[in-house]
Amino acid sequence: MNAVVDIAGVSKEFKGGTVALQDIDLQIEQGEFVSLIGPSGCGKSTLLRVIGDLIDPSRGTVTVNGKSARQARHDHDYGIVFQDAVLYNWRSVAKNVALPLELAGWSRERRQKRVAEMLDLVELRGFEDHHPWQLSGGMQQRVAIARALSFEPALLLMDEPFGALDEMTRERMNAELLGIWEQSGSTVVFVTHSIAEAVFLSTRIVVMSARPGRISRVIPVDLPQPRGTATREDPRFFELATEVREALHLGGPLEVPA
Amino acid sequence: MASVAVEGPVDRGAGVKRVGSRSMLLLVVACALWGAWEGFRWLGIHYGWTRPFTVDPTSMPHIHDMFRALFERPNADGPLLIVTLLKAAGFTAKEAALGFAMGAVGGFAIGAVLAHSRILQRGLLPYVVASQTVPILAIAPMVVIWFTNPSSTFHVTAWVAVAILASYLTFFPVAIATLRGLQAADHRAVELMRSYAAGRWTVLWKLRFPTALPYLFSALKISATASIVGAIIGESPTSIAGGLGGAILNFAQYYSFQPQNLWATNIVAAALGIAFFLAVVGAERLVVRRAPEHVG
Repeated sequence: MNAVVDIAGVSKEFKGGTVALQDIDLQIEQGEFVSLIGPSGCGKSTLLRVIGDLIDPSRGTVTVNGKSARQARHDHDYGIVFQDAVLYNWRSVAKNVALPLELAGWSRERRQKRVAEMLDLVELRGFEDHHPWQLSGGMQQRVAIARALSFEPALLLMDEPFGALDEMTRERMNAELLGIWEQSGSTVVFVTHSIAEAVFLSTRIVVMSARPGRISRVIPVDLPQPRGTATREDPRFFELATEVREALHLGGPLEVPA
Repeated sequence: MASVAVEGPVDRGAGVKRVGSRSMLLLVVACALWGAWEGFRWLGIHYGWTRPFTVDPTSMPHIHDMFRALFERPNADGPLLIVTLLKAAGFTAKEAALGFAMGAVGGFAIGAVLAHSRILQRGLLPYVVASQTVPILAIAPMVVIWFTNPSSTFHVTAWVAVAILASYLTFFPVAIATLRGLQAADHRAVELMRSYAAGRWTVLWKLRFPTALPYLFSALKISATASIVGAIIGESPTSIAGGLGGAILNFAQYYSFQPQNLWATNIVAAALGIAFFLAVVGAERLVVRRAPEHVG
C-alpha cells in the first residue's frame, strides 16, 4: 500500500487525565487531501501535531513514508501552516519563505531560485522585499503556505489555516490552495471548523467527535476535479455537506460548528 | 495585526514634517520649563517663600546664568568652563562606555543562561535581583581594593574600576530583558522551528534572539543613562578628579559662591546621558525592523 501516513491505534492522554485522542486508526494515501473536522475539543489539532511529531502519542504509532514520525521530522518531511501565519516580522517575505531552506543548508542561489518559484505559485511575485506587517492577512497566509511548500515536504499539515480570515478571502484562498495542491502534488492534512471548506477542498473528510476524541466517520468526497465556483453550486456539494453535518450531530454532544 | 497592504515608498515629506513638529514640541516644552523655573523663582523671592525651600539667587540661579557660566572662566587664568567640562565629560564617557559594554555583554550572558535553565533561574534570579538592592557606594570600596591594588597580579587603572562600577548598574536591566525576551517567542513559531528539526542553537539565533531584540533595546536605553550615573558616582570612591563626578564634587564645594557652575555641570552631565541614549536609539533603528505601529 502507498500510504504516506499510517496512524495505528493512537491515543493521547494529557496530564490531568483529559483523553484528547482514543484509538485513532487512519491511513492517508499519496496525493490525498484529507480534512479533519469536528467540534472544539475533539482532538483534531492534537492529531495533526501527533502526525507532525510535535506531540508524542501516549499509545500507538505514526508512520510517515515508512518511517517514524520523528525520523520524518528530521528528514524535513513536514510543511506546517498554522491559523496565524506565524511569519518572522524581522524577515522580508523572501527571507521568510527561505527560512526552512536555510535551516536545511541550501546554497544561496538555490534558495533564491526556489523562493522565486514559490512566490510565483502563491502569486506574491514583487513582494519579496516587503515585511510581513505590510501584507494583508490573506497575503501573510500565502507566504506561510509558500514557506511550508518551499522544501517540497512529503506532507503538508494545515491547522485551520484560513480560520482567521473573512469569508470572502477564505473562499478565494480555498480555491488558490486547491490550485497549489494540484500543481505541487503534495499530500495535505487539513484541520478545519468549516463544513463548506472541508467539502470543497477534500478528497476525504474525517469527522471526529469529542470527549474522548475519536473518528466517528470517514466520508469520501467524490466531487469532480478540478473544483471551482461551480463546485459550490453542485447539488452533490450540498448532499455531502448535509452528510458531514449529520455525522457531526451524531458524533456526540451538540457543539456543532457553523 | 496589520490588515491593510501598504504600497509604495514612505512619504519623505511627511517624515520631515514629523521631525519638524517634534522639534517644535521639544522647544515649546523647554520654554514652558524655563518659564516655570523663572516664574517660581520670581514669586519665591518676591514673597519670601521658605517652603519647600528658601528661594534666593543661590538656591535657584537664573537659567541664563547657568548657560552663561559655561562660557566664562571660573579661574581668571584658567580655561572656559565648557572646555573643562567637555574634557571631564569625555573622560566620564570613556568610563561609562566601557561600563555599558561590559554590563550589556554580562547582562546578556546572565539572561541567556537563566533563560535556558529553569533550575538556574530559580536559584540565581533572586540573587541577581538582590544585587541591585546593594548601593553602588557600598560596592565601590571593594572594587577599588580588589582591582586597583598594584600588588595584585590582575589589576586595572582607576578609570577601569569606575567602568566596573558602572557595569554593576547596567547589567541588571539587560539581564532581565534578555531573560524575558528570549522566552517571548510565540509557541507556534517554536513549533515551526521544531518541525524543521532545528536544534537549540538554531532556535536561539534564528528565532529567540531576534524576538528578544526589542526587549533588549528597551533595557539598553535604561542602561545607557544608568552607565553615566554609575560612572559619575564611581569617580568619587576611586578618587578620580578628571571626570564629571570630580567636577560635581568640586563645584558643590564652591556652591555658595558660584552656584551656576554646578548647574552648568549638571547640564553637561544630562547632555552626555542624552547622547548615550540617542546612540542606543540610533543603533536600534539600524538593527530592529518593527511594525510601523511599534515605531515610536
